[in-house]
Amino acid sequence: MSDVRALYQATIVDHDRHPRNHGALAGADRAATVDNPLCGDVVTIELRLTDRTIAAAGWTGRGCALARAAGSMLTVALAGLDAAAAAARLDALEALVRAAPDAPVPDDLGDLAAFAGVRGFASRRGCVLIAVRAARACLSG
Amino acid sequence: MHADARSDLAAWRAEVPALALPVHGRRLVYLDNAATTLMARPVIDAVARVATHLPGNVHRGVHALAEAADAAFEGARATIARHLGARPDEIVLTSGTTAAINLVAQAWGRANLGPGDAVVVSALEHHANLVPWQAACAERGATLRIAPIDDAGRIDLVALDALLDARVKLLAVAHLSNVVGTVAPIAAIAARAHAVGARVLVDGAQALPHLPIDVAALGCDFYACSGHKAYGPTGTGVLWGRADVLAAMPPWQHGGEMVAAVEATRARYREAPARFEAGTPNISGVIGLAAALDHAATRDRAAVAAHEARLHARLRAGLAATPGVRVLGAPEAAVVSFEVAGVHPHDVATILDQEGVCVRSGLHCAEPLHARLGAAASVRASLAYYNGDDDVDALLAALTRVREVFA
Ligand SMILES: Cc1ncc(COP(=O)(O)O)c(C=O)c1O
Repeated sequence: MSDVRALYQATIVDHDRHPRNHGALAGADRAATVDNPLCGDVVTIELRLTDRTIAAAGWTGRGCALARAAGSMLTVALAGLDAAAAAARLDALEALVRAAPDAPVPDDLGDLAAFAGVRGFASRRGCVLIAVRAARACLSG
Repeated sequence: MHADARSDLAAWRAEVPALALPVHGRRLVYLDNAATTLMARPVIDAVARVATHLPGNVHRGVHALAEAADAAFEGARATIARHLGARPDEIVLTSGTTAAINLVAQAWGRANLGPGDAVVVSALEHHANLVPWQAACAERGATLRIAPIDDAGRIDLVALDALLDARVKLLAVAHLSNVVGTVAPIAAIAARAHAVGARVLVDGAQALPHLPIDVAALGCDFYACSGHKAYGPTGTGVLWGRADVLAAMPPWQHGGEMVAAVEATRARYREAPARFEAGTPNISGVIGLAAALDHAATRDRAAVAAHEARLHARLRAGLAATPGVRVLGAPEAAVVSFEVAGVHPHDVATILDQEGVCVRSGLHCAEPLHARLGAAASVRASLAYYNGDDDVDALLAALTRVREVFA
């Protein structure tokens, strides 16, 4: 597998081409938008909460495959989690993309483990983190 | 390519050590020359020689090292002036194009812009030739007017005429666009601006490495450019200003070197260009820039121009024949920016990088221009004399990889 394939894993390309939960979220009670002024990418995450649990998540935005896939995959990963578990998920994803390229990949990340390839591409970390920061802002908002 | 051109290219490349750097285990295909260029050995040697043989400061000492540094620095200024068709006392040495434009926007602006006045910039400017004017206009109560472009990326001269009136005090325009690669008709634009009494500043950051520059013939009042985009060191640049215009300008930054006499509560400033060069300059960089311009002059100008024009045509033709590629505007020289349908420029650039191909992706410091051209961002390939058919072909081949990954 070439490095490019390690970065653009099938799951990531699939979410980029066929984003899940894309579009305005009906009845959303949290929303946050984060952009990267260097490249013009922007991701909005919306959450609908029931008590402290994420009943549904949606995203909109414009960006590269990594930014789009992160928006899409996070909305899938966060749905059904309570706020504390969701925050832990976001931290785990951020820790993954900031780790050294050869660090072991935690086995509890589910599909988000596909972002392990970003570790070899320091200049692309920020692309994944736009959605992470937007989701975090929703949770703290 | 005929044999002479091939042997010229091989000789040119042999002098540029960075071209031998492997990228991801592959031959470096450097097509990000509009961001910064690679230095040839004689330029690198000139910079290094300052550290080894000319360690003094300039304009300060009477000892041997200071005098030697001063002579070399002023010699470099004279060399730079000669290559631009200017007088040495019209050459202000700066840290780059950005600093040169800010100098004019701040110092000239302070003396010449006020409420009711206007500045005109084109719709294709780099942020370095836009944001300083936004700031100067906001500070001085002046208005910023944007001269529109057509879809090809050319300044609309009819629309420009409609923007020019007696309120316009300065017009600022890029000589060669860093995104669409169009060459502005500077003489025609300058004549129009001068007819309403406006000054003309030309951003020559991209033009210096590719076009013959003769500031007198261009008919502008200021010309700004950077060393590192013209095969010289980073942190160097030039502001050329017509002698009478510089003479009437207040200083921008204040400090040592730029003063004639200092009392406790006031100072008298030196004449241009010293008045605009506060503090210790980038001595080795300026000497390196002079070496870069001298070294460029050893290459047959006509041969380089023909070589670059041929590569540019090959690049445009190859991109036109690549499915899903849209080129921004109608590029005329050195630069081509494009979009790949359905694939973000950063993803394109990452995949190209893995093939050893270095290009720029994003907005290239020209956000309003991308909005005007209906592109969220773009991929930019930009040429230098040391590029060859093999580089253009490597880019085109790597673009097929992009299709494979995002099938
Ligand atoms: C057209 C243009 N103007 C200005 C600049 C700024 O040059 P520098 O960063 O060397 O000051 C650039 C470089 O990116 C440019 O392409």
